[in-house]
Amino acid sequence: MSSWSEFIHMGGYAFYVWTSYGLAMVVLVANVIAPWRARKQVVRMLHRRVRREETK
Amino acid sequence: MTGFRLFTAFYTLLRRDLLMAFRHRGELANPLLFFVLVVSLFPLALGPDSRTLAPLAPGVIWVAALLASMLSLEGLFRSDFDDGALEQLLLSPHPVAVLVFAKVLAHWLITGVPLIVLAPLLGVLLHLPQPGMPALMLSLLLGTPVLSLVGSIGVALTVGVRRGGLLLSLLILPLYVPVLIFAASAVGDAAHGLQVGAQLTFLAAMLVLALRLAPIATGAALRISVG
Amino acid sequence: MWTFIHRLASPKHFYHLAGRMIPWFAWGCALLMVAGLIGGLWFAPPDYQQGDGFRIIYVHVPAAWMSLFIYAVMAGASAVGIIWKIKMADIIAACSAPIGASFTFLALVTGSLWGKPMWGTYWVWDARLTSELILLFLYLGYMGLQAAIEDRQNAARASAVLALVGVINLPIIHYSVVWWNTLHQGATVSVFGKDDIATSMLIPLLLMGLAFTLFYATIVLMRARTAVLEQERRSQWVRELIKSL
Repeated sequence: MSSWSEFIHMGGYAFYVWTSYGLAMVVLVANVIAPWRARKQVVRMLHRRVRREETK
Repeated sequence: MTGFRLFTAFYTLLRRDLLMAFRHRGELANPLLFFVLVVSLFPLALGPDSRTLAPLAPGVIWVAALLASMLSLEGLFRSDFDDGALEQLLLSPHPVAVLVFAKVLAHWLITGVPLIVLAPLLGVLLHLPQPGMPALMLSLLLGTPVLSLVGSIGVALTVGVRRGGLLLSLLILPLYVPVLIFAASAVGDAAHGLQVGAQLTFLAAMLVLALRLAPIATGAALRISVG
Repeated sequence: MWTFIHRLASPKHFYHLAGRMIPWFAWGCALLMVAGLIGGLWFAPPDYQQGDGFRIIYVHVPAAWMSLFIYAVMAGASAVGIIWKIKMADIIAACSAPIGASFTFLALVTGSLWGKPMWGTYWVWDARLTSELILLFLYLGYMGLQAAIEDRQNAARASAVLALVGVINLPIIHYSVVWWNTLHQGATVSVFGKDDIATSMLIPLLLMGLAFTLFYATIVLMRARTAVLEQERRSQWVRELIKSL
């Protein structure tokens, strides 16, 4: 492919191609964010637990 | 001697389930009424023209049979779970798979067989061509036991879950798809006068596989659910 | 070798080992994905019949591959968990499910988006898409069952049985759907028609497939580590570790 605008245009299939890739990015990013947030939540919960036990 | 005792246990359990079902005779009719009702909805929705209904008849009857089977399966282990009989069953020295098979067989005799008997009536309601009738009954004869056997696995997995009915559908329906595909195809092809040996053979193969494996899986699932 | 497997089964060793492996998998995934995307979007020539629209396969096909691969891993881990009673295996199975489900969903939607320009409709009941749809239901059923059972042990064991029943049924379901499809439609949607796929088109596909696999490895290890922390929260090593996190 020779030019940037041709690249974006995707031979007329721009909507389908870019929506697909966009959705793929969303799925991948969501799959990274979810465990990251879960981990933060769990770590925070465990911190609280440990602190509670040590002040007893 | 153990073989004889096992058979006695099997037969006792089978007889007990059948008797209990007969004691609540009114409830026996429910899945059958559901079956007829669902099938009757389609002409109401699509119009009475036999040219519309006849091609749909195999699929509609089979989907209705599938749903009726699934709904009736829900109570398969429920009452035994509630009164503790299920635990006793699992504690018995007999292999759980055999006892499970007794219960599933009882269920099939109570709900599957009447479906098969009612099917020609529904075929008439939907203008299923005459050549399709034997295939309809044969496919139901081979298929409904598979539905009961495979469905029992899902029931066993969800027996302890509150309001597990919808979850049960989600678990079981994907597993029912092969039966549906081959059975509906058999009836449809037969209605057009074609040979259906291949489809029926596949259904028979699935039945054999289910007979062999499903009770084992159901037994394992029961042990887990009852703990 | 057995010592290695034994160590994997121990949550504490798994936690630290996985922690060391994640960066490698993540970087490998990123590199392969960049290479695959460049190859697929730029270097691969437009398809003879489908023009540039075919480039959707570079996300659709790897997503479909992953949906099956992850289910297989789930079933395998479930088997290990049931047979050898290794809780770590149960954790891997449970953590894999949402990832697999999201890939199945992606395969379905990209398949649908690919369908519109190619066959004119957003949905076609072809063998692959129909199988993917049923697979999605299998995943959701597994996740639903896990969520519905309160006791963690029972939930793990019950979903293990479900995963094994599902994996046995998968070939049967797929075969039935393929059979059904040839009966009713005749044409199967093949990825590249009758010609052999050109190497320049194939390589990015393989790269993306590998990239997605490493992505799964990264994410499942991330999820599993968090699950381990939660499961082993009462143990000494977790208490010590938390102080430094």
